[in-house]
Amino acid sequence: MKTFSKGIHLGHKKEATESLPILKAPLPKRAILPLQQSLGAPAEALVKLGDVVQEYQKIADSTKFISVPLHAPIAGKVTRIDKLPNAAGLAVPSIVIEAAEDQQGATPASDRRPWKELCREEIRAAVREAGIVGLGGATFPAHVKLSPPQEKKIDTVIINGCECEPYLTVDHRLMLERPRDILSGAGAIARAVGAQRVIIGIENNKPDALQAMTAEALKADQPAEVLSLETKYPQGGEKMLIKAILGREVPSGGLPMDVGVVVHNVGTAVAITEALETGKPLVERVVTVTGGGVREPKNLLVRIGTPFADLIEQCGGLTEDAAKVIMGGPMTGTAVSTLEVPVVKATSSILVLGKKEVASFAEGNCIRCGRCIRACPVGLMPNYLADFSKIKNWERVEEYHVADCIECGCCTYVCPARIFLVQRFKVAKRELQLRKAVCK
Amino acid sequence: MQMTFETSVSPHIRARDDAQRIMWWVVGSLLFPVAAATYFFGLRALILILFTTLVAILAEAGFQRIVGKPVTIRDGSAAVTGVLLALVLPPSLPLWMAGIGAIVAVVLVKGLFGGLGFNIFNPALAARAVLLASWPVAMTTWTKPLDSVTTASPLFLAKMHEAVPDYLTLFMGNRAGSLGETSVLMILIGAAILYWKKIIDWPAPTAYIGTVALLTALLGQDPLFHILSGGLLLGAFFMATDYVTAPVTTSGRFIFGLGCGIMTVLIRLYGGFPEGVNYSILIMNMLTPVIDTYVRPRLFGGVKKHG
Repeated sequence: MKTFSKGIHLGHKKEATESLPILKAPLPKRAILPLQQSLGAPAEALVKLGDVVQEYQKIADSTKFISVPLHAPIAGKVTRIDKLPNAAGLAVPSIVIEAAEDQQGATPASDRRPWKELCREEIRAAVREAGIVGLGGATFPAHVKLSPPQEKKIDTVIINGCECEPYLTVDHRLMLERPRDILSGAGAIARAVGAQRVIIGIENNKPDALQAMTAEALKADQPAEVLSLETKYPQGGEKMLIKAILGREVPSGGLPMDVGVVVHNVGTAVAITEALETGKPLVERVVTVTGGGVREPKNLLVRIGTPFADLIEQCGGLTEDAAKVIMGGPMTGTAVSTLEVPVVKATSSILVLGKKEVASFAEGNCIRCGRCIRACPVGLMPNYLADFSKIKNWERVEEYHVADCIECGCCTYVCPARIFLVQRFKVAKRELQLRKAVCK
Repeated sequence: MQMTFETSVSPHIRARDDAQRIMWWVVGSLLFPVAAATYFFGLRALILILFTTLVAILAEAGFQRIVGKPVTIRDGSAAVTGVLLALVLPPSLPLWMAGIGAIVAVVLVKGLFGGLGFNIFNPALAARAVLLASWPVAMTTWTKPLDSVTTASPLFLAKMHEAVPDYLTLFMGNRAGSLGETSVLMILIGAAILYWKKIIDWPAPTAYIGTVALLTALLGQDPLFHILSGGLLLGAFFMATDYVTAPVTTSGRFIFGLGCGIMTVLIRLYGGFPEGVNYSILIMNMLTPVIDTYVRPRLFGGVKKHG
């Protein structure tokens, strides 16, 4: 069974939602839209206070290449342009749209040609115009990955169907319900980067998804291989996935394109298909609302900008036991302090952990058990890195390759002394970047 | 309704094993050698073990109280040290000497270096070395099991070219020696539990025992006898696997075991003492920082691409 080396085995905790079809959530009364929804440059508002906007209308954009535009998820009126709290608890520039009474109007332009008739540049432009980012959680602008420099020859497109974080069932459901759109998106990606080979990597804890994708791949005119992988965290990380499937290692400090690969998540592939076939921009995504703190866990198709509170309500509300709300998975997700924050393009899940699922951890002394080293998929020594960052020995921190940390959290998960290892590395990475910036 | 929730950094879930759980599992696994010690050397053995453990725990609490650190005796590490120390002592050792050993282990070897995780030497073994230097006669007076007649240890007999016990006797533990080292069977059961719980791993014990077997065979000795006698197995499974004082990487632990094996054979065959496990592990403890500096895991993606 193919996989990468090291990493950890986690309880899947996907039972609550893996067999529940994706339901369309009602349109929100109010959409809160942070202007920065990608890993790139923030977009700038194209609308003013009081403007009336149509559904799918572009409301923010940027002239920077590594950036994406933002579209109105609902028809309505711009009632606020201000700094509002996001999931991480920071006040960020956002646009608020109050829904209009009539939401019937707009359908996206459907004078589209099949993507097979589009050239590379047309595919890239359409993907950018639709505001598509990596929907696995990293939110890197999708069109950038579709535009490798000339000298980088891409031979393989990998579609990431691992969904290795516990609790999450977004990609799982998409593979069951929209296999055609995933393969079509994969084909468009392959065309845009000039790759011959398409491989869909799926962990073997989703046998039904493997079956559905395999069946669809036989029907599709775009040749694609569907590959079963051992279930192991963090296989959904690009570097781990490429290693698991092709045996190639992205060089330290490099990108997947350095080994001739482009990786996109299944959700991103679906969004690309929609954009190319119907012209629909990225205004909605699938969110798994789950955890012991939610009464009726669900997979919901949600408009971007919908407040968490709306979705919790649609899932029967919180249980008395609800203790912690997390945007994303339990390994890398962000704990949010209030349900007033909106769903953004990065929101794969709203996970509400119950008191029993959450524990507070007091840091102890490192007992040098070495579990972090045996868990680290990139071959770091988290114990020593933590020591060096504690005493602010930045040279050693760098020498021990902190820059290669993918922040998967494996080290922290296994640490018997409950040391917040990955948190220290995030801080150390930022410190090193600042120091470099100052030196220049 | 504006609710607020507690936030914290990711990951939000953790593996079940914490340091405390690990330590108490080690104590639990040591109950098998403890049972063997009690069976072969009587109630006195059990009293010695309980006494040493109690002194170790009290010494840790007292020391931490005096230096104003939080008292951490519940983490089980002092208990592990106490039991392990008793298991490497001769059955007839006076309680007060054992007590001093426990204080040396917990305060001098561990506490003064910064406490759990910071000691260079294995506390039990360093304390045993101190006791051996302080009371050499009491520390090398062995008694016959199920009896209290003074006798010689198998390794000493071998060194003197005298008749040694057969393999089965050595395996069951009906022979003279330190409290916990005699019953190979019980050591293996305890080690198997720790291996099953993924608390210890294979590199150090395998390299250690393998090196002793190979070297003694090459030097014309009986390798099986060398494995079954002395403190080799207790040392290989319970001391060379001590997290704090051994290297952190898998290959580092293998090298550690290799070094222990070489040194044990050299001391046993050419040194002044019949047994060398204690000093071998202490010497390798000193080399642990060096091993950790040079034996590092391979970085994913090899050498840095950009500078």
